[in-house]
Amino acid sequence: MTRILPQTKSAAVNPLKSSQPLGAALAFLGVNDAIPLFHGSQGCTSFALVLLVRHFKEAVPLQTTAMDEVATILGGMDHLEEAILNLKARTNPELIGVCTTALVETRGEDFARGLSNIKMMRAKELAGTEIVLANTPDFDGAIEEGWAKAVTAMIQRITLRGEQARQRKKIAILPGWNLTVADIEHLRETVESFGLKAVILPDLSGSLDGTVPDDRWVPTTYGGTTVKDIHELGTAMQCIAIGEHMRRPAEVLERLTGVPYALFQSLTGLKDTDRFVSLLSAISGTPAPAKIRRRRAQLQDALLDGHFHFGGKKIAIAAEPDQLYQLATFFTGMGAEIAAAVSTTGTSKILEKVPAEQVQVGDLGDLEGFAAGADLLVTHSHGRQAAERLRIPLMRVGFPIFDRLGSQHKLTILYQGTRDLIFDVANIFQASQHAPTPGSLDPFRNREMPDDSRPPTFSRH
Amino acid sequence: MSPLTVKINDVFNEPACEKNRSKDAKARQKGCSKPLTPGAAAGGCAFDGAKIVLQPITDVAHLIHAPLACEGNSWDNRGAASSGPTLWRTSFTTDLTELDVVMGQGERKLFKAIREIKEKHAPPAIFVYSTCVTALIGDDIEAVCKRAAEKFGLPVVPVNTPGFVGSKNLGNKLAGEALLDHVIGTVEPDDIGPFDINILGEFNLSGEFWLVKPLLDRLGIRVRACIPGDARYLDVASAHRARAAMMVCSTALINLARKMEERWDIPFFEGSFYGITDTSEALRQIAKLLVNKGADLELIERTETLIAEEEAIAWEKLEAYRPRLEGKRVLLNTGGVKSWSVAHALMEIGVEIVGTSVKKSTVEDKERIKQILKDENHMFESMPARELYDMLSEDKADIMLSGGRTQFIALKAKTPWLDINQERQHPYAGYEGMVELVRQIDLAIHNPIWRQVREPAPWEYQPAIEKELPSTKSDTETVHDFKKASPQEPTVSATFEESR
Repeated sequence: MTRILPQTKSAAVNPLKSSQPLGAALAFLGVNDAIPLFHGSQGCTSFALVLLVRHFKEAVPLQTTAMDEVATILGGMDHLEEAILNLKARTNPELIGVCTTALVETRGEDFARGLSNIKMMRAKELAGTEIVLANTPDFDGAIEEGWAKAVTAMIQRITLRGEQARQRKKIAILPGWNLTVADIEHLRETVESFGLKAVILPDLSGSLDGTVPDDRWVPTTYGGTTVKDIHELGTAMQCIAIGEHMRRPAEVLERLTGVPYALFQSLTGLKDTDRFVSLLSAISGTPAPAKIRRRRAQLQDALLDGHFHFGGKKIAIAAEPDQLYQLATFFTGMGAEIAAAVSTTGTSKILEKVPAEQVQVGDLGDLEGFAAGADLLVTHSHGRQAAERLRIPLMRVGFPIFDRLGSQHKLTILYQGTRDLIFDVANIFQASQHAPTPGSLDPFRNREMPDDSRPPTFSRH
Repeated sequence: MSPLTVKINDVFNEPACEKNRSKDAKARQKGCSKPLTPGAAAGGCAFDGAKIVLQPITDVAHLIHAPLACEGNSWDNRGAASSGPTLWRTSFTTDLTELDVVMGQGERKLFKAIREIKEKHAPPAIFVYSTCVTALIGDDIEAVCKRAAEKFGLPVVPVNTPGFVGSKNLGNKLAGEALLDHVIGTVEPDDIGPFDINILGEFNLSGEFWLVKPLLDRLGIRVRACIPGDARYLDVASAHRARAAMMVCSTALINLARKMEERWDIPFFEGSFYGITDTSEALRQIAKLLVNKGADLELIERTETLIAEEEAIAWEKLEAYRPRLEGKRVLLNTGGVKSWSVAHALMEIGVEIVGTSVKKSTVEDKERIKQILKDENHMFESMPARELYDMLSEDKADIMLSGGRTQFIALKAKTPWLDINQERQHPYAGYEGMVELVRQIDLAIHNPIWRQVREPAPWEYQPAIEKELPSTKSDTETVHDFKKASPQEPTVSATFEESR
């Protein structure tokens, strides 16, 4: 079993984490006509907003309750109420996703009760807008936890409770945050190719896929899961959760509506995709379409062509738990070895299954410390400084990726995504290949030899 | 009153601030940060502002005492450049966990964090930033810093600017106060000279100060400290021995400039390196202040010669853009001094300014803008996203120059856009910087993509399909032609309208 080493430093050096409320906001951004609201000081929002914009290269709706010193001391419910009313009046969204921050959580108020008071007192003004609360202090968790909490909160708040008539062809999918826009699109197409209908929550492929709205400025998200879809999640035949962190929302959905769930810890790699395709086949009662079989054959070929480049390579990865598992299993499945694994938290169950000797809970400073001698660094854009210092190529994954375009349109799952990943990595290795030199191959290069026995250096032979 | 409250009141009462002077006593007392509207606020917090000002000091370790978000969501996000040390780009934070908060272990963790940084990196100084949570739980960062400084034998500077005390701008000023209280004047330089100046509020974004410094070098003027752009701790600590100072971004560090004048008799002026006349004027003022302080009178003459040479070269280069940019309409959506000095240079080559934001401008700025624009209607305080979008999509400007915040409003309205704020990719200061800015405007406006993105897909309108059939001839129409051509296709746009 993988050893999990807790963080022991006092000074985090080059953080790996993005904050928990940011993760929650991201989940709310996957809902149509929504706006996330940070309950904290304006800086909390401003930092998260800038980071989201740098990653997605899109306008991102995100607002703040703008807590000041007085409100911090006296309590922030008034600010929360005012913010909600202002958002309602100015943008009339279908959903406001409230994410708490460390500031208000440290002060400690009963936000759930405060919020239901606001909803009750202002029922008339707020009609037509769902308000969902995620408790996401920054001093706990990271994107994964925030994302899962927001999805759980949406299901708890919006989904109609109780057993309902099931639609035979409808499945609910709860993707982890580490799936890209392209992943979600591909997931939907794959499901539809079996004659099934997928309701995906959250659906960033609708809202942050980089489209240009027709003819007007939209202050909320435009696209994503609709509130109605969330309301009717209970009519699905089956729920599929992707990533260990989506177990909790899937469990809640099952408890509330009886919709059973299947959990895929990763959808990258041949075996996991086989399982997924088999499941779709079983649900739909139709065999896998020719197109998908063709993709599988392409992946087989990519494995054959690509494995030369992976064998014996040392990979250093820093990522949140589920993404760490997704990528580490991909690399070891290709014959590479995980030389260093760093993650954001020690509490996720998936960490035990990461194919590495140990997982350090820590930061990019830790990664840099372990990664000397590795062939590839795998983490988000902030790894660029370490990659430069260590002179090791960097593969950018996860969030944030702010110094490359198109990260959201990279496919990483199912047969096709795995194939693309193989090519991406193999190409990085090929691009950074060093041509052999006499010195690098000299069989005596690393041996201690008495000075006089060393022959004079020849430049030709 | 807590020491922090006293500091904030002091900063709000800044007599050298032009905007402040124009207020009556009552308005002044309210301070310069407008109360924020929950649910409708934008912009950073005081901590953000303090970090912006101090972090470009390149050899210092900047340690953020906070739960993750304050630093984790914001590090390595600005484009200041360093000519040497890179420590400032390494992020340090105490990353407080729930346990730390509940158990009250913040101060201990901070102290240990300082020790770890000292042992591993041995920086000339460590700056410690307090934030909302650590202020709320009552961590006394001043005491911890003092103790750590004694114990570890290096300057440990407390920057007490929790986010909830106010806006980014307030944080800028409080950072200036931290430098005054703990850094400037703590080191005596052994190489003072009659041509030493400080540049305050210059951030060296995209390395743009390196477009200006060679001009000063040519004049024999030495930059004792540029605060904060590409600064070293020792430069800042010995900045009090400069003879004169230039204040570049007045809204950020005016208190620093004024207090340095009071304490160490360093006269300053407010100037800008954006725009040609502004750059010349800045050089003139620097020379004048130095001469007043005893530098050889001949400096003025040298300066005028250099200005004449450089202006001539710059104008000649700009003139080349006139045929391409004459009559183009620019919307300047940025605050402060930048507006009018850039506007002036653009108008010199025939560009029309169809609007400018005066949100951060002083009364004097506004007067100058009024004179330049000849139409007050073109000035606006701030424009709601929707209005801005409408204005741009109705084709009332050929390009918008602004910061990243409004970037996507322009792009989604399919309007050329150029970043002139902190995330920009290109240096715009000095004579060459202005030429670069104009070059970038030219490149943006005349990029062939505009024609492609603005035209609807051929199947969106029936009548045009025949015309749009792929032709064997290559398409060489320019953007000008497209613009002229579009009104001649009323059927197209009408059908397009209906199909929506």
